[in-house]
Amino acid sequence: MNRIKMREMADNQAGVISAIKVAGELGRRIRDMGLIPGTEVKIKGRAPLYDPIVLQVKKYILALRNSEAEHIMVDVDE
Amino acid sequence: MNNNSTSKIQMQTDKQIALAGNPNSGKTTLFNELTGSRQHVGNYPGITVEKKQGTYIQDGYKINIVDLPGIYSLSAYSIEEVVARDFLINEKPGVVIDIVDASNLERNLYLTVQFLELGIPLCIALNMMDEAEKRGMRIDEKLLSRILGVAVIPTVARSGKGKDQLMAAVIEMMSHNKEYTPLEISYGPDVDSALLTMTKEISTADFLTERYAARWTALKYLENDAQMIAAGQEKNPILSARLLKIREKLAQHLKDTLDTYPEAMIADSRYGYINAILKQGVVQYSHDDNRLYLSDKIDKFAIHRFSGPLIMVAVLVGLYQLTFTYSEAPIKWIEAFFEWVHAMAASALPQGLLQSLVVSGIIDGVGGVLGFVPLIMFMFLGISILEDSGYIARVAFMLDRVFRMFGLHGNSVMPYIVSGGIAGGCAVPGVMAARTLKSQKERLATLLTVPFMNCGAKLPVFALLISAFFVNHKAQIMFAITAISWAMALLAAKFLRLTVIKGESTPFVMELPPYRLPTLKGLIIHTWERTWQYIKKAGTVILGISILVWAMMTFPQLPEEREQMFVRERLEMHSAYPAAVVNELSAKNVQKNLSSAAQALRQKLSRIEGKRAEAALRHSLAGRFGIAIEGISKWAGFDWRTNIALVGGFAAKEVIVSTLGIAYSLTDVDTEAFDSLSETLAHSPNWNPLAAFSLMLFVLFYAPCFITVVTIARESGSWKWGFFSMAFNTIIAFVISVVVFQAGSFLGIGIRP
Repeated sequence: MNRIKMREMADNQAGVISAIKVAGELGRRIRDMGLIPGTEVKIKGRAPLYDPIVLQVKKYILALRNSEAEHIMVDVDE
Repeated sequence: MNNNSTSKIQMQTDKQIALAGNPNSGKTTLFNELTGSRQHVGNYPGITVEKKQGTYIQDGYKINIVDLPGIYSLSAYSIEEVVARDFLINEKPGVVIDIVDASNLERNLYLTVQFLELGIPLCIALNMMDEAEKRGMRIDEKLLSRILGVAVIPTVARSGKGKDQLMAAVIEMMSHNKEYTPLEISYGPDVDSALLTMTKEISTADFLTERYAARWTALKYLENDAQMIAAGQEKNPILSARLLKIREKLAQHLKDTLDTYPEAMIADSRYGYINAILKQGVVQYSHDDNRLYLSDKIDKFAIHRFSGPLIMVAVLVGLYQLTFTYSEAPIKWIEAFFEWVHAMAASALPQGLLQSLVVSGIIDGVGGVLGFVPLIMFMFLGISILEDSGYIARVAFMLDRVFRMFGLHGNSVMPYIVSGGIAGGCAVPGVMAARTLKSQKERLATLLTVPFMNCGAKLPVFALLISAFFVNHKAQIMFAITAISWAMALLAAKFLRLTVIKGESTPFVMELPPYRLPTLKGLIIHTWERTWQYIKKAGTVILGISILVWAMMTFPQLPEEREQMFVRERLEMHSAYPAAVVNELSAKNVQKNLSSAAQALRQKLSRIEGKRAEAALRHSLAGRFGIAIEGISKWAGFDWRTNIALVGGFAAKEVIVSTLGIAYSLTDVDTEAFDSLSETLAHSPNWNPLAAFSLMLFVLFYAPCFITVVTIARESGSWKWGFFSMAFNTIIAFVISVVVFQAGSFLGIGIRP
């Protein structure tokens, strides 16, 4: 088990969100979209310029920028 | 019997109901199913979010339905969320139908929980039941209904299944006056105790209680809700400060003990509450098919690092091609129709001011605007398809990085393309397409910069100048102009975002909805409502401005003695020729087989008429203005004639060509046949390639045409931005033209030997 930033996750890597390290508007938006601790996520890929990131959360697909994924901590295997 | 009918009439007038739910939950489809064509679109006062209303008529019931914008939460992140929240609180709809996507239950219920916290009369439409079942989900809606304490009706909006049961439940709810108490869930001991203290203080002081329940106000304070805190600050600054103090203390405590934030605790507790419900056996899986199976397959290519951009370019170019190809014929019909009306009015009305007003002012002005209608319709049909299918979110995703560098957003790409990102668009639908942007700042920066793009109306001006001065570099100059327009628009956006529209970029975090086949009904309604809005609202203002522009170019008129001079000149010309020739010209059907003498006379007469037109133009307000600013415009290489043409170009950029024609004493110049005008310009001592290039840059960037200005004012919600775009763009254009013209003159580039 390893705790890394979502930004650092590789394509197709899966993990479980452990913390959202941001308050305010961005933090609220991230949580409103279903990204909360305990949620399983899987990186589906990145845009042509490697930003934003696409990920699968439960049964839907979200896109968020690297600068936003910076605040999301994820527990990953290995 | 009598009693019964009275209550039904009350039903008709009494209360409205609202549709609310996540984006892509089928909300608008259900709205279309319930109201059919009985709907109209307006705006919420002061802002540009569309307010869709419709009427449900069935079994003697007539109920007004408001389709609230799709939202994920009531947290006031986007303007949509603010609108929906304000509507639910201020308008107090009789019933709120919460459309929940059954195949994506957990996230959809997050909004439902917030509705319940608000304590509004709720009825859940459990939509897309077919999809959920196909994916192997079995949802026990009766159990869900029992746990939540609200009616839950399974529906399939696309086929209309379940809508009668849904409306029966709604009518049932409306018929008895039940009190709806807000749902109180636990957000953990720390938050709960702060909430309790705050709620007591709020109740005691009667703080905002006329609008919000005390606990809800407290909750929003804890969530650090900017809108709520601003309202509280205004109402009772002392209490508001005390509430913020409590929040501060709680936040510090949570930071120290759990390393978290109050709003995080609240959100987590809501999700916890939902999970607890779902675990009670509401959902059972017979097999767990991936809801995203098909979307995943498409996205493998559609947003792939290499094939994604290629597909995107193909789709956008295709959209463009289709729009311009298919709208060409209807635009020609409308133009032909207005030419016919023009000719009819010209022959029916006696020559003079009234004829000039009706023909040049009203018919040509309004005709010019209505000529855009087919273009706008096809463009919006295309955009609706891309939007309803879910592709547009992918385009925004792929281009976000590029646009963000300039302070814009991935969603800015569509408005840019539509406005002329590929030469030949139109800024009017472009500005309207900026609606897809959710954040105010990026949206404003987008709609203020799209008029820099190379729209179709600027093309005749470029064509004229290129054929006069750059015949050998036609394609290169055209390409350069398009490239310059992109660079300028993006740089201007960056400049605006660093100055006038300063501010952090809004969080991007957005859903890429599963691909869906758009419904025909939805496409028709979306396309038509936008087109109609354009016709209706733009039409009224545009009529006024057409008349104004006409008046500026007509008044004051030439004094009587100067008019007489031209009459005398014409008569002298007539008497110089034999009577037979004059008769030949004044007879009907003059076109065919004129004798050479008559042809010569006609040419001379038209030259006199041209001189008169030029003199009249010089004398008019626009003409005087053009002459007055010649001292300044000279720096950019423009003489007074060009100045007038540019003033006329404010009505529509094509007018620049015809006005230049008048100013260069050519009558009957139509924009298609500018050969003679381009020759005149090429040989005029006032012109050279440098002046022409400077003018092209100016035309590219200066004040948008007034149709666009009206649209900007409407879409931004304020005339301030309409006027701003006129001033800002004109200043930028002038600075660029002066720099280019002066540098060129200094270096001796493009001036005649």
